[in-house]
Amino acid sequence: MPSICFYFQVHQPMRLRHYTVFDNDERYFDEGRNAAICKKVANKCYLPANRMLLRLIQQHKGRFRVAYSLTGILLEQLERYSPEVLSTFHALAKTGCVEFLAETYYHSLSFLYSRKEFIEQVRKQMDVVRDLFGQTPKVFRNTELIYNNDLGLLIEAMGCFDAILTEGADHVLGDRSPNFVYQPKGCRRLKMLLKNYSLSDDIAFRFSNRDWAQWPLTVEKFSKWVNAVNGNGNVVNLFMDYETLGEHQWQDTGIFDFMRRLPEEILKHSDNDFKTPSEVVASYEPAGAIDVPHIISWADTERDLSAWLGNPMQSNAIHELYRLEKRIKRANDERLLTDWRRLQASDHFYYMCTKYFADGDVHKYFNPYDSPYDSYINFMNVLDHLERRCAVKETPILSCDSFPASGIPLAAVSV
Amino acid sequence: MGLHDDEGTRVRVFMLGWEFPPFISGGLGTACYGLTKALDQLGVRVTFVLPKTVDSQYATHVRLLTPQAKRQTTIRRTSQTDELTNVSFRAIMSPLRAYATPETYNERIEETLRLQRETTVSSEAGDGGPRADYAGDLYREVHRYASMAMELAKGEEFDVVHAHDWMTYPAGVGVAAISGKPLVVHIHSTEFDRSGEHVNQTVYDIEREGMQRADKVIAVSHYTRGMVISRYGIPGDKIDVVYNGVERAGVWSTTPETIRREEKIVLFLGRITLQKGPEFFLHAAKKVLDVMDNVKFVMAGSGDLMYRSVELAAQLGIGNKVLFTGFLRGDDVRRIFRMADLYVMPSVSEPFGIAPLEALDNDVPVIISKQSGVSEVLRHALKVDFWDVDEMANKIVAVLKYPPLRMTLRNHGNFEVRKLRWRDAAQHCLRIYEETLVPV
Repeated sequence: MPSICFYFQVHQPMRLRHYTVFDNDERYFDEGRNAAICKKVANKCYLPANRMLLRLIQQHKGRFRVAYSLTGILLEQLERYSPEVLSTFHALAKTGCVEFLAETYYHSLSFLYSRKEFIEQVRKQMDVVRDLFGQTPKVFRNTELIYNNDLGLLIEAMGCFDAILTEGADHVLGDRSPNFVYQPKGCRRLKMLLKNYSLSDDIAFRFSNRDWAQWPLTVEKFSKWVNAVNGNGNVVNLFMDYETLGEHQWQDTGIFDFMRRLPEEILKHSDNDFKTPSEVVASYEPAGAIDVPHIISWADTERDLSAWLGNPMQSNAIHELYRLEKRIKRANDERLLTDWRRLQASDHFYYMCTKYFADGDVHKYFNPYDSPYDSYINFMNVLDHLERRCAVKETPILSCDSFPASGIPLAAVSV
Repeated sequence: MGLHDDEGTRVRVFMLGWEFPPFISGGLGTACYGLTKALDQLGVRVTFVLPKTVDSQYATHVRLLTPQAKRQTTIRRTSQTDELTNVSFRAIMSPLRAYATPETYNERIEETLRLQRETTVSSEAGDGGPRADYAGDLYREVHRYASMAMELAKGEEFDVVHAHDWMTYPAGVGVAAISGKPLVVHIHSTEFDRSGEHVNQTVYDIEREGMQRADKVIAVSHYTRGMVISRYGIPGDKIDVVYNGVERAGVWSTTPETIRREEKIVLFLGRITLQKGPEFFLHAAKKVLDVMDNVKFVMAGSGDLMYRSVELAAQLGIGNKVLFTGFLRGDDVRRIFRMADLYVMPSVSEPFGIAPLEALDNDVPVIISKQSGVSEVLRHALKVDFWDVDEMANKIVAVLKYPPLRMTLRNHGNFEVRKLRWRDAAQHCLRIYEETLVPV
């Protein structure tokens, strides 16, 4: 009897404004653009989708359930630009049928660079979820479902989580099915849910693809595929970006109608039900341990880190960013810290990806740059300015308004 | 229709072109050479017609036949280089040169006259007067060249006429008319690219007539195609875009640069003319030097704005940071690329732009103007509006400051440039020839 476990990722980065080497102010982010995108996505996706899911939960009297992971930087932007979205999330939270997951507040890759920073960001995100929705997250998902054994161990060691989510990558599963609960290798308590990428991507990527042999995707067809799991799995994990509803798949593709009719169709089969990740974890025992020595993610066909760290610009930018951690934290300046953390959003590095640049692919989604090179240059200009702010903090002799555009003398920069 | 002779279906082209190595002064010559060489490899037979002056030093490896010489030796079809088996060359005595303007033409004629006075005794006596091998001004020379070409064409067999840039259009139109063969004109640049809004009406008229009379127009980019449609009123379905290729140097540099200079070098390479945007380069240089010290800006090339550029550099107070090399060719070009950390092409209007491809081929990252055809085919290049000197400077600084940026641009750019092959351009031209040969 498969349970359907829906989890939606909800995130928008704070995009940088055009920042040249000649700029010399602390306005790094493009308020106008971020507001416009936030409102646009709110109208096309967050609001209609939230209202629809709320109705479905009411209609099915608690038998339809979903989970969300909301990043802190999205919540900040919603508060500022689209507060009505927050109130609909609040309404969803009150139904008792919606679970909120934990992740890094800044949608960062901090796990790869600083455990300390990573833990601080997870705590910060849990705090904001608790404040806004009165729930303490019990299940963790890392940015872009990035995962390896070490992350499993770290999350278990944090002591506050029952499970972790990641990609059901073929090379990790071997001949096993993603439709069971597993345990990360080396963990004793923590459980693991794996994305069924085939069924997830049928909705998230292929839904409107007319070249796809299964187009058009109907609820009947999809339910049949889900029912086929019966006897060979406990849970079908459908993990996807929330923007799938209305933004990646536009309304005119019929995505909302599909979602509206899906619960009813799934529930026709009495063995099926919907569960949130915590409920899945409570219901099923691990079918075995999953060993992930190398890092995986849910991105592209490679399911690795190459979308964020695949070229020298990306690794350089992120290394330089995390190299500042100690100095930023020592400076004890809340605004400096926040700016530094906002720069950690994985999106900034995603924009620098040259992998599919030639095909101009999915990487284009709300990408503010014409090219990965422009994105790197812009990021580095901002980072350079941020570093100069650190330097100013470290050498009080230099007054804030007098440091030259060409940079700080070397002596002032060294830690 | 002449296609099915004993040699099968090989197309024969009467090509009105320019410059062959080693005397290439710019992209036009490079393009004619690259395209012809690739056509040759496809088995297309090309009669390559180009202007030649008495004093020119061609024909070390390209053997040329002039109409006069041909008359003397009757039929000699052996004028081919070892390299090009299907190409025969025909020279027409004429002082026409790639990139000529009425002014440069006049200067050149005066110089030729002076040379003749010095070398021929007969001209000492009385007025030597204009001889048969040139006309007094550029426009008349272009038409004189056309009648010479028509004369030459009478003794040639070909299926299609292909003319490169405006000075050969009257010749192309004439040859097509007397032979009844289709005409293809190839636009490497338009009067609007060369002169901005101050177009020379006579040149414009010659260009437009060539395009109108042509059966097919080839533009080197969509950028140029758009201009041919909007400025010359040529219907879009008659215009095909054929991108230029790049001739790979073929030699992998095994000796890495051993001397690491303290100073970075930013390179401008091209004719120093209005079209190439030298003043934007200098204004950007000034801004770069405001925030960075260890940079030199090298302007390689010559042109009518050269002295003004020297003055401007001085005016901006960066005279000691800007070096002018004059016109470079061959090995010197490769040497300057080897030294450069970055190549900038700030063209105001560039129909294509082969030089950035050569830069990438030499592992030099490039910043190119968005107002260029080459920006349509290069993704792994930095792009700026030519007038946006702030952004140009911003990008120059970034390339010089961040090695990972240079590395990524270089690696991807070098790979990308390998995909731009003359072979593809030649194949496309061949398809166009065949189209014009199909009876409607």
